[in-house]
Amino acid sequence: MVAQQVGFWILAVAMVVGALRVVTTRNVVHAALWLVVVLSGAAAQYVLLAAEFVALTQVLVYIGAIMVLFLFGTMLTRARIGREQDLDNSYRLLGVPVALVVLAAMAIALWRGFGDERLPETARPVPTAVVSDQIFGPYLVPFWALSFVLLAAVVGAIVLARKD
Amino acid sequence: MTGVRIFAVAGEAGHLLDGGWFLDHAWAIPVVPAIAFVAILLVGRRLPMEGSELGVASMVASLVLSAGAAWQWIGRVQSAAEGQFVEPVVRTWSWWRVGGVDFTIGQHADGLAVLVALVVAFISTLVQVYSLEYLRGDRRYTHFFAALTLFSAGMLTMVLAEDMILFLLGWEIMGLCSFMLIGHWWEDGANSRAALKAFFTVRTGDVGLLVGIAVLFFAADGWTRETLGLPGFSIRGISAWALSGEPDATLITIAAVALFVACIGKSSQFPLHTWLPDAMAGPTPVSSLLHSSTMVVAGVFLVARLYPVFFVGFDILGRGPNPVMVIAAITILIAAALAFVQDDIKRVLAYSTVSQLGYMMLGLGAGAWLPAVFHVFTHAFFKACLFLAAGSVSHSASHHSFDMKRDMGGLRRHMPVTFATWTVSTLALCGVFPFSGFFSKDEIIDNVGHNGYAFFMWVGLGGAFLTAAYMTRATWLTFFGESRGAAAGVSHDAHGAHDAHGAHDGHGSHAGPHESGPLITVPLAILAVLALGSGVLNATPFGSGWERIKDWVEPVAAVVPAESPSGGAARVLSAPVAPAAEEGDSHSSPCGSQTPEGGVCYAPQLAHAKFAWSKALLSMAIVFAGIASSWLLTSRLFGARDPRLAGLTARHRLLGAGHRLLVEKYYLDALYERVVVRAIVGPVARGAYAFNQRGLDGIIHAVAAAARVVARVVYGTLDQRVVDGTVNGAGAVAHRAGAAAQPAQSGRVSQYGALLFGAAAAAALVLVLTTT
Amino acid sequence: MLVNQFLLLGAVLFAIGVYGVVARKNAVLVLMSIELILSSVNLNLLAFAMRSGTADGHTFALYVIAVAAAEVGVGLGLVLLVYRNRRTISVDELSEMHG
Repeated sequence: MVAQQVGFWILAVAMVVGALRVVTTRNVVHAALWLVVVLSGAAAQYVLLAAEFVALTQVLVYIGAIMVLFLFGTMLTRARIGREQDLDNSYRLLGVPVALVVLAAMAIALWRGFGDERLPETARPVPTAVVSDQIFGPYLVPFWALSFVLLAAVVGAIVLARKD
Repeated sequence: MTGVRIFAVAGEAGHLLDGGWFLDHAWAIPVVPAIAFVAILLVGRRLPMEGSELGVASMVASLVLSAGAAWQWIGRVQSAAEGQFVEPVVRTWSWWRVGGVDFTIGQHADGLAVLVALVVAFISTLVQVYSLEYLRGDRRYTHFFAALTLFSAGMLTMVLAEDMILFLLGWEIMGLCSFMLIGHWWEDGANSRAALKAFFTVRTGDVGLLVGIAVLFFAADGWTRETLGLPGFSIRGISAWALSGEPDATLITIAAVALFVACIGKSSQFPLHTWLPDAMAGPTPVSSLLHSSTMVVAGVFLVARLYPVFFVGFDILGRGPNPVMVIAAITILIAAALAFVQDDIKRVLAYSTVSQLGYMMLGLGAGAWLPAVFHVFTHAFFKACLFLAAGSVSHSASHHSFDMKRDMGGLRRHMPVTFATWTVSTLALCGVFPFSGFFSKDEIIDNVGHNGYAFFMWVGLGGAFLTAAYMTRATWLTFFGESRGAAAGVSHDAHGAHDAHGAHDGHGSHAGPHESGPLITVPLAILAVLALGSGVLNATPFGSGWERIKDWVEPVAAVVPAESPSGGAARVLSAPVAPAAEEGDSHSSPCGSQTPEGGVCYAPQLAHAKFAWSKALLSMAIVFAGIASSWLLTSRLFGARDPRLAGLTARHRLLGAGHRLLVEKYYLDALYERVVVRAIVGPVARGAYAFNQRGLDGIIHAVAAAARVVARVVYGTLDQRVVDGTVNGAGAVAHRAGAAAQPAQSGRVSQYGALLFGAAAAAALVLVLTTT
Repeated sequence: MLVNQFLLLGAVLFAIGVYGVVARKNAVLVLMSIELILSSVNLNLLAFAMRSGTADGHTFALYVIAVAAAEVGVGLGLVLLVYRNRRTISVDELSEMHG
């Protein structure tokens, strides 16, 4: 459908530009805000991919919590509000070819692998019930592991950040 | 262990013979002293009696085992039928197999072996007990008992050996122990010289033993393997081969001559008799054990053991005398003559031993096998007793001196037990009825005459006269007359004579002559009783029922069917021999004179003289004449100092020359030492020295010079340049490589990340591009 | 829509994230670049989920989000600690290696 294509392309361009700005801007806070743009675009893409619950979770968790964490971290580490010199290190020029090689490798693999394959047109949004069935069914053990990871992360973060 | 037992399966008359545990385990008789020897060496010094208890205990054990074996052997003989050959109890074990030759060790227990083993064990036990007192406080007490025990082990090995290799081993061990024991007080040069002289003289004879064994092996091996399944070292095999008519006459004579040369050395016959008197330098127990009753009879034992070889090789009982008899006769006479001019009591006994060994050899050479073996038996007792008595005198009366003229005399009052035992043994040695020597020595003389050698019979009788004479002289000088020197309580520095003890015993220093303690007198008494009574074991004069030793020890000359133990085809096995024809009347046995049919012979047929009192009275008369004349001469010369006799040899030219000849021992020692030894030793020594200086040292110097050059090259070029260069180079390479690779380890996370992603992406790219 | 649209979009975001990890000096910015990478992964997962018609990809994407949250929390805690000790969060200056 054309509407999907239009939507996708607008979002894609926004995301790529935003990502590029994240890695090139000289302002830490601006970088954070550009990251918000990227993540929001991602959420919208998820909706296009009929993953509504995931999109919602993305917004809530990623943008709502993680970005807040980033901003807190930025503030607590005395990032200068405003322009800041040399946020790039000397390997900046090395990063370009590396990124290009990575991109080339993946692009070639993807093109060879999937070529002109189309996504099914009649896809309906996946209901949350199905997702929850998956979580509490086949993927229950990873769910437990994940809760353990979160616990460890909370405890770890407290330990790391407390004043002693 | 494969025990091989050959049973006599001779038709109806033959049957299984009684055996027994002691006979089956006769191999333990030498093994126990051997183990004790090792134990004494290892722990002897720490024991309360310094190892002597191990020696005595092991000899007692051997004695018990020998006595048991003897008892069971007697039972075995009695279980045999009339005229049946009593098979020895043989057991063999394979020691080593190389190139098709199987070296076995094993025991061969028959009458002769058991008899001699019993004698050896018995005398060894008594001598060891005697030594407990005699050598108390000696500087090498433990070592002495170790050597004595090893000697007994060696001799018992030889006696019970089944094959010639083991026999040779025992023989050599005895020679070694003789050397060690004679030179027990080697700090005195004379003792070590005597030990060396004994060793080398006997060694000269031992060459003959090696040659003889080798010749016999190569000659007999084929026949023994084929017929009996035994190797050519086996004593049974050699005996059977010798009597089979198979051997070449020259070859067996060469073997017999070679073996006899060894006997001449070991049993001190002319011309190799010179070592035995000098061997008296050793302690008296050694003289009494080795050099009178046991070791020196080893040569006699060899002849008795391999008698078939000598019987055929020397044509014993054939026409005319053989070399054995000639040498034996010479030995008897010259040794008896030399005994007259000795001042040293032990030397008198030594020459007496040489002379008696001559008697044994004479008996064997003349075909009187059993009388010679019986003389070995009785001689052991009275000669050991005589030596131990001499030791007792020196220990308790003459302050360790053995000089009769200087330090003895009139001791019969002070040492009654010693005197009594000495007298009993002397009478036995002289061959007076009813002492044991009468039944053995006179039997030899009788049989020599009976077998047709009248001249040698008179030589034997002459020897008996001389024996009686010199023993009387020795007895008078020691026990009669007035006490001289140390016996009279006069102390002079005669301690350097023979027994130089370290710390001495507790006699109470320089008390007068007295009787010795019980550890000395009890063995003396035991031996004296045996010297008196052992003759009854083979008392031919009383009838053949009294000839027990003959029944028990002399092998029956019967034809034994040969059955190869592997069951293979024996060459002469056919129908069982008819008993009546072969085994009845002993005179009809073909053994020794013809080739046996249907079997093998292990012993030749011998004749036995019939006893006659007339002959006995003749020899007794000769003996008494000797005693009487010697008594008169000695008491007149030394006691009353008759002026007609004193200094006779100085005045009379001929007698003086004769006296000097005897004193110089016929100049034989001078001949051997100055001519033979120096002629060989001088050039050999000079040659060895030249070889050492120029040859060996030259090689060593050249090697050293070459090593120096090589070392220089190796150091300069190889080590400094090549090796160090390589090592330094490796280090430099490592350093530079590290420096080159270092930037990768910068510690910067971004760089690590770049590397990680880059490398992964590149690898993925390659993977993607290469797969379709 | 092509599958490859989403996948290639994810690849581009991934590459940009890689560049950010390599090139950025500020530790917080490095963490942000890592978030970019994680987002691209999520895109891939969901694209494949739609392609196969199952909900497995959704589940996994949720887990990725949860893990990312945990990771950011701990990561920022580390950054704070480093800042407290070193007074700097420049990754260049965090090395103690010599030579």
